[in-house]
Amino acid sequence: MSPEPMWRTHELKDSYDVVVIGGGVHGLATAYYLARLGITDVAVLEAKYVGFGGSGRNTAIVRSNYRTPEGIAFYDLSVKLYEQLAAELEFNVMFSQHGHLTLAHNERGVSGLVERANMNQWLEVDSRVIFPEEIQELVPELNLFGHCRFPILAALYHPPGGIIRHDAVVWAYARGVDRRGGQVHQQTEVTGIEVRGGAVEAVVTNRGRVKTRVVVNATAGYASTISRMAGVPLPIETHPLQACVTEPLKPFLNAVIVSSTLHVYVSQTDRGELVLGAEMDDYASYSLRGTLGFLEGAALHLLELFPCLANVHVLRQWAGLCDMTPDYSPIMGAAPELRGLYMTVGWGTYGFKAGPASGFLMAELIATGKTPPRLEPFALTRFAADRLVGEKAAASVSH
Amino acid sequence: MSFQIECPECGCRPVGEFHFGGAVRERPEPAAGDHVWAEYVYTRPNIAGVQREWWFHRAACKQWFIASRDTRSNVMQPAQTPDSQEARG
Ligand SMILES: Cc1cc2nc3c(=O)[nH]c(=O)nc-3n(C[C@H](O)[C@H](O)[C@H](O)COP(=O)(O)OP(=O)(O)OC[C@H]3O[C@@H](n4cnc5c(N)ncnc54)[C@H](O)[C@@H]3O)c2cc1C
Repeated sequence: MSPEPMWRTHELKDSYDVVVIGGGVHGLATAYYLARLGITDVAVLEAKYVGFGGSGRNTAIVRSNYRTPEGIAFYDLSVKLYEQLAAELEFNVMFSQHGHLTLAHNERGVSGLVERANMNQWLEVDSRVIFPEEIQELVPELNLFGHCRFPILAALYHPPGGIIRHDAVVWAYARGVDRRGGQVHQQTEVTGIEVRGGAVEAVVTNRGRVKTRVVVNATAGYASTISRMAGVPLPIETHPLQACVTEPLKPFLNAVIVSSTLHVYVSQTDRGELVLGAEMDDYASYSLRGTLGFLEGAALHLLELFPCLANVHVLRQWAGLCDMTPDYSPIMGAAPELRGLYMTVGWGTYGFKAGPASGFLMAELIATGKTPPRLEPFALTRFAADRLVGEKAAASVSH
Repeated sequence: MSFQIECPECGCRPVGEFHFGGAVRERPEPAAGDHVWAEYVYTRPNIAGVQREWWFHRAACKQWFIASRDTRSNVMQPAQTPDSQEARG
């Protein structure tokens, strides 16, 4: 007997109150919280399948130890929503809050961590700088005192950080949308947006035209292509980000370990595999193919931290597309000059952890027409106004 | 995807030797105003398809050049050395 599908399929109607483009965590969470607010005539249109984009390709790190007050407050809300998500959606999303360690290998790195710890503590986020003796208690396998090129001087310790099962999150939200009366349409690609008199009128898809007054762009790596359909240029460039996974090992690593100096991060999943990643590729591209160069770099740098892993095999590698903004912060809100176009984009290499907060606040914005204060700093207009929310130091390697 | 780039000076080399300089765009006049300049500084064409772009051969000849690439497949077309108009941009 085949299992019951988690959400139903429907004919595409010729009109909806709200059309959300993109079936990743941001699109699905926005639709879910809209339906929870009573706006149930909502369709999520996904070109491929739920989780095809970054939401099915990320390394699932969830944390809130960011750098700016705006960023910290926002991601903190998301961590809190994630803590409740299994109960909210009646789905085990396997959120393991086993701690997150950002390593510093030089004095400048240490002062950067101290600055972040102070900011985090001020906003009541559990985060502090610890030194090698304490790091060793948390991660005995780490090469702290042996020979190495980049000795570890300190770490930013963030106990509530951890990893989650990303597939479960998107499936649970998709099922939640369905249960609350919304619709999820896979293999439904948006090919145009019709605009008249300064307002959105309809979207065109491979399954026909859909009238709507409200369109939400939640297409991450593809955000520029959608926004261009409505004539709204974005400060976004799409870059691949790669990751790989090893064969399963006996559990030995509780915390997520990140080293910006070494351009590598690693965590161990509940299945025992090590998931590792790096910085994004430095050229723009929409190609989803991985490179040998990434694998060599990630392995080399991981062995600096954990020489004991020298004989571990890599099982597979992959890439996903990241919608990079100039300040490593997202763009959320209404388009400034086009009525009915909303966006939650610019999620770059770090947006999976933000899905619940962005969905929750975007739904409030669409339902009430008022921008919730926590969204205000992330408006598209911040660039021209020179009010960037600089998170590069806290997000370029630790996603 | 890893790929090779045909440098006008050095021939075919792996992409890791190069620095990506972004899509070729027209630079506004100095007096074009804040709005135009903010647009130029921040927004990106970010084309999913063939795009003309700047590349810098940092590991060898240190030359900037322009090449067209399909950003979906990374297939490159032969490079050109920029003309003086573009070189200002
Ligand atoms: C390797 C890797 C590791 C990462 N690690 C982390 C991490 O540890 N922690 C973290 O917080 N973040 C991480 N990220 C970032 C995170 O994955 C993304 O920011 C997040 O998943 C974006 O979610 P989204 O819902 O906005 O978009 P996506 O999940 O990318 O979904 C967008 C969807 O839009 C669809 N679409 C595109 N065009 C159209 C169209 N024309 N019509 C209809 N649908 C369309 C796509 O098919 C896609 O499914 C990582 C990303 C990668 C690639």
